[in-house]
Amino acid sequence: MKELLEDDPGKEILLLGNEAIVRGALEAGIGHGSTYPGTPSSEIGNTFEKIAKDYGMYFEYSANEKVALETAAAAAASGVRAMVWMKHVGVNVASDPLMTLMYPGVRAGMVIVAAGDPSMHSSQNEQDTRFYSQLGTIPMLEPTTPQEAKEMVKYGFELSEELELPVLVRTTTRVNHARGVVTFDEIQEPDTDGHFEKDPGRFVAVPQNSMKNHPRLLERMEIAEEISEDSDFTYEASVEDPELHVISSGAGFTYIREAKEEHDLPISILKLGMTNPLPVEKISEFIKDAERLLIVEELEPFLEEKVKALAKEANPDVEIYGKGTGHFSRLYEYNPDRVKEALSDLIGFEYEEEPLEAEEYDLPPRPPSLCPGCPHRATYYAVKEALGDRDGVYSSDIGCYTLGIQDPLNAADFELCMGSSVGAAGGFSKNTDQQVFAFLGDSTFFHSGLDALVSGVYNQHDFVYVILDNRTTAMTGHQPHPGTGKTGMGDPAPMLSIEDIAEGAGVEFVETVEPYDIEETTEVFERAIEHDGISVVVPKHPCALIEQRKVDWSPYQVDQEECKQCHICTNKFGCIALVREGDVIKIDETLCVGCGQCAQVCPFDAIKQEEKE
Amino acid sequence: MKRVNLEIVGVGGQGILTSSQVIGDAALEKGLDVYMSEVHGMAQRGGVVVTTVKIGEKVYSPLIGKGEADIVLGFEPVETYRAIEQASEKTWVVTNTSPIVPFTVSVGDDEYPSVEEEIIPSLEKATDKLVTMNAETLAKEAGAAITQNIVLIGALTATDVLPMDREEMETSVEKNVPKRFVDINLKAFEKGYERTKELM
Repeated sequence: MKELLEDDPGKEILLLGNEAIVRGALEAGIGHGSTYPGTPSSEIGNTFEKIAKDYGMYFEYSANEKVALETAAAAAASGVRAMVWMKHVGVNVASDPLMTLMYPGVRAGMVIVAAGDPSMHSSQNEQDTRFYSQLGTIPMLEPTTPQEAKEMVKYGFELSEELELPVLVRTTTRVNHARGVVTFDEIQEPDTDGHFEKDPGRFVAVPQNSMKNHPRLLERMEIAEEISEDSDFTYEASVEDPELHVISSGAGFTYIREAKEEHDLPISILKLGMTNPLPVEKISEFIKDAERLLIVEELEPFLEEKVKALAKEANPDVEIYGKGTGHFSRLYEYNPDRVKEALSDLIGFEYEEEPLEAEEYDLPPRPPSLCPGCPHRATYYAVKEALGDRDGVYSSDIGCYTLGIQDPLNAADFELCMGSSVGAAGGFSKNTDQQVFAFLGDSTFFHSGLDALVSGVYNQHDFVYVILDNRTTAMTGHQPHPGTGKTGMGDPAPMLSIEDIAEGAGVEFVETVEPYDIEETTEVFERAIEHDGISVVVPKHPCALIEQRKVDWSPYQVDQEECKQCHICTNKFGCIALVREGDVIKIDETLCVGCGQCAQVCPFDAIKQEEKE
Repeated sequence: MKRVNLEIVGVGGQGILTSSQVIGDAALEKGLDVYMSEVHGMAQRGGVVVTTVKIGEKVYSPLIGKGEADIVLGFEPVETYRAIEQASEKTWVVTNTSPIVPFTVSVGDDEYPSVEEEIIPSLEKATDKLVTMNAETLAKEAGAAITQNIVLIGALTATDVLPMDREEMETSVEKNVPKRFVDINLKAFEKGYERTKELM
């Protein structure tokens, strides 16, 4: 992605929304970038990882989103243009400093990219992050395409400086993970020359200062509203005597625009780019002669409720359609069909290609699964072996290991958010007589596994705390973290030891084990279960996706003469390279990575490694 | 020109992102507008991957509606079948016949339908515009099983639905695969292209 560094204004290039966001920051002269990876925002960090050094800025993977936001806030207070980005639920983690940061605001521009995930392609919820803009009184921009994402990020820095407030750029999966043609503007030198001018009356949030800073924030938002009225990101396409007026924002707008442009629909559209504060006069003007008005926005009725309130004065007779009338839902992302359905009801728009009719089969679902060779599978298998017939509760967390929820492992019973496994495990241990396990990964441990560990030791919780250490942040694309010995810019870093941290917190049982040795791992878990209090077990083996690229290996095969068709390998272990045809088990050589875990699981030694040629 | 819509479906790890990049770059090179929607993150771990590629003079949105695909390009037979409602009478359905059996089948929770006796005959019944091939076999003939995705890009090109011709697509393959694998990939492209022309 070195192409992103080319100072070639006018160049057209096909970019992922997340790459376009990076380019926007480079065109604004970003000096500081920080994040914790999370889909759909991860490729922003992956891209900075590759180019930050050449560009000359500072970039870091922080331990979590809260830290990422705090470092960026300090950079911006020191006069360095800063960006912080995260997935929508990451904003929950960062929300504590964010809500107060709005009071003193910033000096240099600060952009916060919050990437939502309607339809939960890779998320635990589909919360509508736009409400943070109201909760925190934050100016907000909502891009609809990769090109607009680039422009809004670039402009976000200017807007932030004009208002002296951080600016929220709220995206969704169909912007972050859309790829479109993006036009380059001039690139700027990175802004890295920071100096913090002290002003404790502004930057120290004690009550008497916040008493002054809160009205300051509200005054600035009045300026922001004037800016919103004339925003370049407002798009209006009006026709004479429209059958329908439409107000829209975000990715949902792209579908309504496509329908209008390609079928010449008799509708007038007002697309809003700056959605906090809203351009009240602009909207009032747009709806004042409307008879019928449709609101197109994904998730919650954020615009809809406000437009309804405005309409009471601007045009009390207008009929407003949207979520309130059932034309749209608060659930899931929109698509051309959902938008056309609403248009069909309101203006009789009929455009549909007749889908092919094909015989219906019960097609097997294909949920995501742990990869062949994944060390987590062996860990889960060993835990189950060690537990035997006893009743266990598996408190899981956010990461690849959540995929242990699938058959046949069934190793996830409860999970909420990053780090929740540990606090919840404590709660289960105090309130049930079941054997409790907490499962979380190395990166998640550093993100939010420490506080509940300390709390658990203090309150004498009793559970097995399993930190599945695969030496990377695997699910989001293998980013480094505090335990990997490498920074986001590729430099060497202190390698923090999970075991030392646990011992330092007062845990008496701390053991590291090689999960590929299933017998040994089972034995460690047997002892961990017997131990009173928190016992920390760290199964440590690199992610199979990293390892398989390096290791010289040959696949395993099932010796059909030795195989007794007991199906322990598929029904208890369940590697996806083990394929069952009738009662016969075979190994798919294109999937097998030669890890040999299944050979250990087989009680008849029927799984053998092929001789290397 | 009329907008051309592609729905590319398969399983995480099959090289679908590279394929859509090849198509998108070729379209951009030809001065056309491109809008694509990709899948990253959790689904990539062996889950269903759906990529939409739209090409035209101006493209406004990243997704397509039911029946709107001009081509459904399936990297895996069950996934092709799952995406069939994106196709209509006008749609070319190009599919790999080599299955990837989900683990839910191996653990005994679900059944995988027969490709030869159920999936293909049902596709044949649903549409005349069907191209089937074992892309895995063709890729191995070309020199590496991993070039399956480029076999299918060759097949896609041969349907002549894309606004880009064979040469333009081959140039984009060269640009988007690692240098030392260019020859194998071009051979894979040819295998898919020729096979499709024979079938049409």
